[in-house]
Amino acid sequence: MKGFLLIVGRDLRLALRQSADAWLAVLFFVLTGALFPFGIGPDASLLKVIAPGIIWVVALLAVLLSLERLFLADYEDGSLEQLLLSPLPLELAILGKVLAHWLTTGLPLIAAAPVLAVLFNMDMAGLGTLLLAMLLGTPVLSLIGAIGAALTLGARRGGVLIPLLVLPLYIPALIFGVGATDSALAGLSARPDLLLLGAVLLVMLVVTPLAGAAALRQALE
Amino acid sequence: MTEIAAFFDMGGYAAFVWPSLGLTLVIMLGLVVQTVGQLRQRQRRLAELEAEGAQRARRRPVAAAGPQT
Amino acid sequence: MHRFANPARFTRLADRVLPFVAAGALVCLGIGLYLALFVAPPDYQQGESVRIMYVHVPSAWMAMFVYVAIAVASAVALVWRHPLADLAAKASAPIGAGFAFLTLATGSLWGRPMWGTWWEWDGRLTSMLILFFLYLGHIALMNAFEDQQRGYRAAAVLALVGVINIPIIKFSVDWWSTLHQPASVLRLDGPTIHPSMLWPLLITALGFKLYYLALVLLRIKSELIAARLRALDLAKLKAT
Repeated sequence: MKGFLLIVGRDLRLALRQSADAWLAVLFFVLTGALFPFGIGPDASLLKVIAPGIIWVVALLAVLLSLERLFLADYEDGSLEQLLLSPLPLELAILGKVLAHWLTTGLPLIAAAPVLAVLFNMDMAGLGTLLLAMLLGTPVLSLIGAIGAALTLGARRGGVLIPLLVLPLYIPALIFGVGATDSALAGLSARPDLLLLGAVLLVMLVVTPLAGAAALRQALE
Repeated sequence: MTEIAAFFDMGGYAAFVWPSLGLTLVIMLGLVVQTVGQLRQRQRRLAELEAEGAQRARRRPVAAAGPQT
Repeated sequence: MHRFANPARFTRLADRVLPFVAAGALVCLGIGLYLALFVAPPDYQQGESVRIMYVHVPSAWMAMFVYVAIAVASAVALVWRHPLADLAAKASAPIGAGFAFLTLATGSLWGRPMWGTWWEWDGRLTSMLILFFLYLGHIALMNAFEDQQRGYRAAAVLALVGVINIPIIKFSVDWWSTLHQPASVLRLDGPTIHPSMLWPLLITALGFKLYYLALVLLRIKSELIAARLRALDLAKLKAT
């Protein structure tokens, strides 16, 4: 447990030192979201309806942006090998890195989501559900993304490869995340979608450490 | 004659049935052609390299006896 | 387990069974095509357009079957480090992608007269589209490394993650499509299918399977030669 916290702390300190990265993801999120009205037109009633979908898709892309760095710096400076040799199980170390990644990208995105909701004139009755769904969904994005980041270490065009590997796997999180918000906006219960999203999170909490460890081990062989 | 025409007409769905079958044929045959072509090319290259290797193996003792290398 | 790892032995075995498998595939596909075009009756609702089913449904089955085959090969490759399993996974992926593409294209061609659109965000068609993307990712990752061994390993891990995720994706897409659109008027596979349509379908499907088997044997053989070429190139590089 101590080693786990050490990893989270170290990654957080590194992220704070380069806090521009986290800001860039948030900026990308808001900016890309704000592009849609220009593409679709300023029709308030239409924007209101598509708001949850747009916010989710843009959040997904913003997370994608930050994935390449997840293991790359550690891979290049050799600290990944240290991690492999340390007494802490690699699976736990990966969870620590994912937690740090989520704290520095997922959480800021959740904080910025209300801004987009306001810009899209979304019904504020659904805001609580949107944030709750993002709280469950963005960790899934970090977890699946970590697998993609680990698999592409040392690959040619690794950065372009990650979206191709990761985006199809993001679809369930997107569906349940938008579904929950849409249900709340329609006055229905968001419970089923949120529970399913939680189930996906639990599955990925098991799958990511195993697959990620396998991927990192073969990358360092 | 009309029977054949009716067959090719596929009850008015000719524009959908025949392209489906045609595309299937193209992709399945295309994969075979690509596979066989690649196999032939690799076999050729292997034969070349092995011939080269055999030649070098025969030459090597002579080269080792020389003053250089 | 490693009895067939010997390339020479595998090639000998493959060469011996290949003519039979290929002949079987040709015969099954020929009979299947004949039955599908001349013997099977037109559907009472869909008319002659139902003949697309005889390539669409076997393609869809193969697209799923090949992905499972890749996942099994990947598991064998990761657990037992069996070299042929790596080659089998690599050889299968383009064939599976081909079948997934065929399913989408023939589905679109069938959907146009039946649904009135080239594309419907129908649960099954959407899942197949995602499967197609999974295949493309697998192929891209397999070929993304200088070191082929790393390509094998990474793609194997990806295939296993994919196969765990496929049921989740399938469920979520079904959930989503029933939420957003009424169920299709036409079910592509009715619960009961008349034997006069079932037999052509099964024979064609068997033909597709044998076709896959023949092609995958050929491709593994080809990959074995490619591995030998890489080793020779490396030896040459070291010698100079």
